[in-house]
Parts: sequence; C-alpha cells; structure tokens
Amino acid sequence: MIGDFFSATGSLLSIVFSASFIASAIAFSVVMLFGTVGELITERAGHLNLGVEGMMLLGASMGYFAAVRSSSLFLAILFACVGAGFGALLYAILTVTLRVNQNVAGLALSIFGAGLANSLGSKVSNTSTPDNIAKIFKLKPFSLSSPSGPFLTFINKAFLSHNIYVYVAVLVAVVATVFLFKTRAGLELRLTGENTAAADASGIKVTRIKYFYIILGGMLCGIGGLYLPLVQQGSWTSNMTAGQGWLVVALVIFVRWHPIKAIAGAYVFGSLTILGFSVQLNERLSSIPIFNQYIMSMFPYLLTVVVLIAFSFRKKAWPGPKEIGRPYFREER
Amino acid sequence: MEPNIRKDTQPAFSMRGITKIFGAVVANEAVDFEVLPGEIHALLGENGSGKSTLMNVLSGIYRPDEGQIEVNGEIKDFRSPGDAIDSGIGMIHQHFKLAEAMTATDNIVAGMKKPPKNSIKKDDVLRANILRYASRSPSKTHPKINEFSSRFGIEFDPSIPASQLSVSQKQSVEIIKVLLRGANILILDEPTAVLTPQEAKKLFTVLRKMASQGCAIVFISHKLNEIMTLCDRVTVLRKGKSIETCNVSDIDAYDLVEKMVGRKINLSINKPDPDPKKQVCLEVKGLTYSDSKAVPKLDNLSFTTHYGEILGVAGLAGGGQKELCESIAGIIRPQQGEIMVDEERITGLSPRDITQKGVAMCFIPEDRLGMGLVASMGIDENILLKEYALTKGPLIRMKDVETKAEKIIKELDIKTPGLKHPVRMLSGGNIQKVILGREIHLNPKLMIAAYAVRGLDIHSSYTIYNLLNEQKQKNVSVLYIGEDLDVLIDLCDRIMVLCQGKNMGIVDSSATTKEEIGQMMSGTTLEELRRGVSYV
Ligand SMILES: Nc1ncnc2c1ncn2[C@@H]1O[C@H](COP(=O)(O)OP(=O)(O)OP(=O)(O)O)[C@@H](O)[C@H]1O
Ligand SMILES: [Mg+2]
Repeated sequence: MIGDFFSATGSLLSIVFSASFIASAIAFSVVMLFGTVGELITERAGHLNLGVEGMMLLGASMGYFAAVRSSSLFLAILFACVGAGFGALLYAILTVTLRVNQNVAGLALSIFGAGLANSLGSKVSNTSTPDNIAKIFKLKPFSLSSPSGPFLTFINKAFLSHNIYVYVAVLVAVVATVFLFKTRAGLELRLTGENTAAADASGIKVTRIKYFYIILGGMLCGIGGLYLPLVQQGSWTSNMTAGQGWLVVALVIFVRWHPIKAIAGAYVFGSLTILGFSVQLNERLSSIPIFNQYIMSMFPYLLTVVVLIAFSFRKKAWPGPKEIGRPYFREER
Repeated sequence: MEPNIRKDTQPAFSMRGITKIFGAVVANEAVDFEVLPGEIHALLGENGSGKSTLMNVLSGIYRPDEGQIEVNGEIKDFRSPGDAIDSGIGMIHQHFKLAEAMTATDNIVAGMKKPPKNSIKKDDVLRANILRYASRSPSKTHPKINEFSSRFGIEFDPSIPASQLSVSQKQSVEIIKVLLRGANILILDEPTAVLTPQEAKKLFTVLRKMASQGCAIVFISHKLNEIMTLCDRVTVLRKGKSIETCNVSDIDAYDLVEKMVGRKINLSINKPDPDPKKQVCLEVKGLTYSDSKAVPKLDNLSFTTHYGEILGVAGLAGGGQKELCESIAGIIRPQQGEIMVDEERITGLSPRDITQKGVAMCFIPEDRLGMGLVASMGIDENILLKEYALTKGPLIRMKDVETKAEKIIKELDIKTPGLKHPVRMLSGGNIQKVILGREIHLNPKLMIAAYAVRGLDIHSSYTIYNLLNEQKQKNVSVLYIGEDLDVLIDLCDRIMVLCQGKNMGIVDSSATTKEEIGQMMSGTTLEELRRGVSYV
C-alpha cells in the first residue's frame, strides 16, 4: 500500500519534471498568459470583465478567419484585436458609460462573444492554418542547434524550443510589469482602479483611461485566443477555449494583479490542465481513482479556492483594486 | 490687523448666478461668490446650505445647471476637475480623496502635468524633477517633496501608504497635492473639523503664508472663532442662496449666526442641576488596554458615572478616548479591568447585548465616514438597524419606525427631502444628526456621545447640547467626549481628564478653569495640581 503510494508519487514527479512535460505546459499556458495580463490590466482600471472567454473566442475566430482568407499574419493579429477589442468596447460602453453591473455585462459578453465567434468560425472550420503562417510558428528562434551535455539538452527542450508566440507572451507580461510599476501612465491606471474619485480630482481623465485599458485588455485576450486555432491546433473548433477564459479570471486573483507573477501563475495552471492528459497516458497512474480525468480537470479551480482561503488569512494583504465592481459617476456620492 | 487685500484688484475668481439641482434638492440657487487674490474668505452656512456643492462646482466636480464662472477675468467652462486644476484651482475635500493603499508620493504625483519645457522658474524645475523620478525611483522624489512641503512648514513622510498617515497628515498630503499642481486658488472644505486645536493653529500659519504670497483661499468652517481670527471676509449661505458678504472686522459672531439661520437664536446652554441622588450607572474599574502593536491605550482607568448627570471627558487626541468608548460598547476587549452597568458586569458581552442592557453610543470618527450607517438606505431603515434588536416578534413594524424617523427629522432639523432619501446624499452634518437621533431614541440608560458635534453647524451643535441636557433630565447618565473645553465646562457637571489612557482626575465643572484642564491634559494629575496650589 505504502509502496504503491511512493511509486505513484515517483511516476507523477517524473512526469512533471520531464522536459517534454515542461515544454508542453509552457506551450499550453500561452493563451492564459495573454488572457491574464489582459484581464489584469482591465481590473487595474477597476473593472472586472467576466467576458474573457467571449473575447478570446472573438479574437480567435476573427483572427483565424482573416488568416485563412488573406494568408497574412499581420491581418490575423489585427483582426483578432478588432474582434476582441470590439467585445471589450461593448463592455466598456455598458459598464463605464451606462454603469451597468459589471458582472452582468461580463457574463453577457461571454455568451454573446462565444455565439458570434462560433458562427463566424464555422465558415472556416474545414480549413487549416495557411502554410506560410504555419511555417513561421514551426521555427524555434532560440533553440540550440547542438546542445552539449544533459543539462543543456534539458534546458533546450524545455525552455528554448518554442515558437515566437510563446516568447512574445512572456515579453508582454514583462513590459506590462514595467509599465504598471515604473511609468507615470501606469501609476495613473493604478490610482484609477484604487480610487476613481481621487484620480478624477487629481486631473486624471478617468473615463478615457478606463475605456483605453478595458479595450487594450480585451485585445490581449483576443491575441491569446488566436493562438489556439492558428498555432496550437492549426484549425478551428467551436468553443475551443474550453473554459480557459474562466480560469483566467481566477488566475488574476491568484497572481495578485501582478503581470510578472502571471508568467508563473499561467504556467502552474497550464501544467495542472495538461496533467490530466499526461497521467492518462501513464498506465500506473491512470488506474488510480483520484487521477481520474474529471477530478484532474478540477485541480486548477481547487488551487484557486485554496489560494483564496490562504490569502484571506493574511489580513494585511492587498485585496486588489478597490474600485472593482463599483460604477463611477462624478456627481454621485 | 489690516487685511492685506486691495479692493480695486480683479477677483481671483467670481461665480455668478450659480444654480445646482440634485433631483428634488436645490443645493445652490443663483449664488454669487467672489474672492480676491491674497484674501482668506470664509464660506459659512448651516449643514446642507450648499457650501460643499458650490465649491465642487468651482473645482469642476459638479456641472452647474446655471451660472457662470470667471477665473482671473476669463470666463471658464469646466468640464472636468482637470480643467479646474489647469486654471489654478485646488480643493481639499471634506472627505479626503486619497487611495489608501498607495503611498503619499504616488497619491501626490499621479495625474500631475509636466511643466512647460525649458522653464527656469524654480517651482517648475522642482516639479519637473519630481515627475522625472516619480514612478521610476520614488526614493529620489521623497526629498524633493519634503523640500517643497517644508517651504510651507508642512511635514509628513512621503514614502508610507496613505492608510498609515494620521488624519492631519492626510490633509497635508492633500494640500501638497494641489499646491504642486500650481494652485493659486485654494479651497478648504471644513479642514479643521478633523484637527486638534494645535494642528489647526499650524494649518492657519500655513494658510496665512500662502495668502501673503497672493493665493486666494476659501475657508469653510462651522467654528466662528476660527473665522473671526483667520479670515478677511465672510460670505453667508442660507438654504442654497448667498445672503451676504462682509468684512469680518465689521461683524460679530451673533450677527453671523443670525444671518446663517435667518432669525435670532439663543446660543447658550442652560444647564439643569444634576440629579442629587448620585445613583451610580456606569462603573469602570482598572481598565487596561494595549492595541495589537502593544501600545498602551488605557492604563488602569477607573471612574463612575451617575444617573441624571453629564460626565465630560477631556484629553488630547489619541489619549484613550476612542478605546474607552469601544471598551464600554463591547467593540474591543480590554486586557484587564471591569465595566459594570447597574452593578452588572458587561465586560465580555457582545455589542448587541450591551445595547440591550441600555448602553447607546454615538461615536463620530475623525474621517466622519463609516459611522455605522448604511449609506444607500433611507433614514427610516437606518433607524431600524438598531431598533430591530429591541423589538419583539419576527415582524417589523415599519409604521412605528417611520413615525420615529419623522420625529427625529423634525427634532434635529435634518435637511432631507424625505425619510426614504438615501442618507449618502445628505450633507455631512445632516448624516451625523441621523446617527445621534437614532441613538437618543433608543431610550438608553447610558448615552455615550463622542465628538458628537464634529462638523455640525453652530445651531445644530446647540440643538445637540440641549438634547443631551434633556436626556440628563430624563435621568439618563451621559458620557460626553469632547474637544472644545468651553463647551465641556458649560455642558458637563463633572469633567474627567485623560492623558495617555490614565485618569488625571475628575473636576467639578463649576470649580475649574480651562487652564487647569489644559494642565491636566498634558500630564499633571489633579492631586499634584492641588498640592502645587497649596504650596504657593
Ligand atoms: N451628489 C449629490 N447628490 C444628491 N444630493 C446632493 C449631492 N450633493 C449635495 N446634495 C444635497 O445638496 C444639499 C447641500 O449639500 P452640501 O453638501 O453642499 O451642504 P454643506 O453646506 O456642505 O453642508 P455640511 O456643512 O453639512 O457639509 C444637501 O441637501 C445635500 O443632500
Ligand atoms: Mg459640506
């Protein structure tokens, strides 16, 4: 019995620390990393946008549609931004200008976005990513040609053999961090999310800021979503984000609204999500009941709950941007 | 002292025919108001007379429904607070506008505009320097901000989060925030309501200095003596209309009150005799409390209160008054000591049980927000919040509550369009009256009134004093925690002086002086004082 436990743990560890697992977990976290940075920027402006899933799908379908019809990567990304940005714009009009409840607006965007995306996507569901674009993402720009020794081989396989999309995602998180904490515009964004009335009275154009970052955040979600049909899968399937947009909302809390931590957070969530698949392929583990596929897919959410509880014990921990959920109207009090 | 203003100068700003309507409430009606450069101009009026509204219009927060604003002779149409800042207007709001989780520096710097390039003006260079490092390496901005604030004799640590600053430091941050934005028209909305007398004095020095440099200053206060000593002119608002502007030197306090209220009112406290039976209501024995950082707040404090008597509590800010109130009300648990009401121990009981034992408390905190009201509910429902615990049966009788609400509105003269109007929309002073009225109407045995008149206009303050006296005549035991020593002496029967959580002694108000209380507040016990006197 105890021996079984140890050998099971051993198999699990050997999966988790294998270069191939790490590499696929990284690849799998790209969508969530873009999404988390995007949602985090939105929340920093004081708006919780639950429409991430919808925006991801909008970005994915519009971008993929453009890619298939034009074979242009530039147009694909542009249209992913337009699609998701359009969804975010609707959300911004509802919550900033019309001061509709943020949860309601976000949920509506999720449902509406998915519907629109699926109907558009069905037009390109039988085509695959154009060759010229697929070729770009076959390249592994940082991969070593002949790594010497087991260590470098491991590093190479786990971290350096990714396409450019992956590194751009990490770069976006780094840039967002610098922006948020080291620039004046970032400071203005943070103040807006902390205390909109104070920001307004300080001469900050809060409405403009909210619109801008809600839309920018939406666009990042869209670019994240585009990764799925364009690179990861190479074709369109309806509802292909499969709940990652919801995980993102939890991830933002998990990483305490810090883009740099989002890199690690997205990785953890990404690996938990694919752990289910890997375990299934392992004969030893797949026979153990708790490694059931359905239970495994619960792990990211379980982790979120655990983290939230842990944080609630730290009374002094910053609870996130104060203005989240509160509509702002200057003449109101 | 001659005011350093010249009558022939162009006003720093002038507002003409300003009207502002909120739904059913006409907050400002055709108000005219102008202030000259170098002048400290008081804006006076009862709670809800529209002072804050008028100044919010000037600072671009509210758009007026009618009227015109001129700054330095130019007609302005402010579409946002940013526009007003660009015209040199800076406002320190009645309720501060700071992000608590962010540092003072971040609060100050966010939204500041770059000064014109290549400007060689001293301030512009400093501003440019502050901005350059503001977000990249805040530690380099701190000394620059200190340098700027020390010019006005203001001090605070720019590197700590706003939540850790004291109220007066927060105010300093707000002042520096607007000054660094180049404000030369400064609006202070009840700045002294939250300050100790010493802090207020320091603020006045700062304001005088700024006025002498040509700033136009609008000063809102309910304290007439402050207006008399600090200001050059005063404009009185009544029910949203501007009544009169005059030189402070030409008018006395009584005339001002009459203009404010619209009729002569009696500003004296007639003190009924305390109940001679001296029956003990509250007994506090050896109360000791240290806060979570182990700072001692109450130190072996003992005293008793009697039915039909008002016991005053005097002391410097932070002398343990708050902790005393909270211990009695059951909000905090003292480490040592006992509290008894009617010889029954109440230490350790829940706040609700203590309320049921007949203890009512009205505590107005320094920031005057979060005072135990639900902002979006009407007066009636807010009364119900406390009331329901005392009624029997599962059902609520709304009719009773409404009658009670109407009575409170009438008695305390609360300005509201109706008892269902959300309290959040009331003016600061009126919100406070709601709390007080609610507590009084619980018919308590022991009524704790802490800083009950903070931010109240004079008329309402006297209404409150009279209400407390009425309670005393109804044989309620009243514990009154106050700041104004004159009022403490006029209102209370006995006065206990606290200093760093210790009882310095209890004096009879008819046999004491402000000086004596002042000495005790700074740490001399009554015994030492009396001994000192006998030695002479
Ligand atoms: N944003 C708002 N929404 C609704 N009503 C408002 C608003 N601002 C002010 N009022 C109403 O306008 C009136 C004037 O309020 P204001 O705050 O200007 O009074 P005030 O003179 O500053 O009083 P206080 O001395 O109590 O601060 C009040 O009756 C208040 O209820
Ligand atoms: Mg006011």
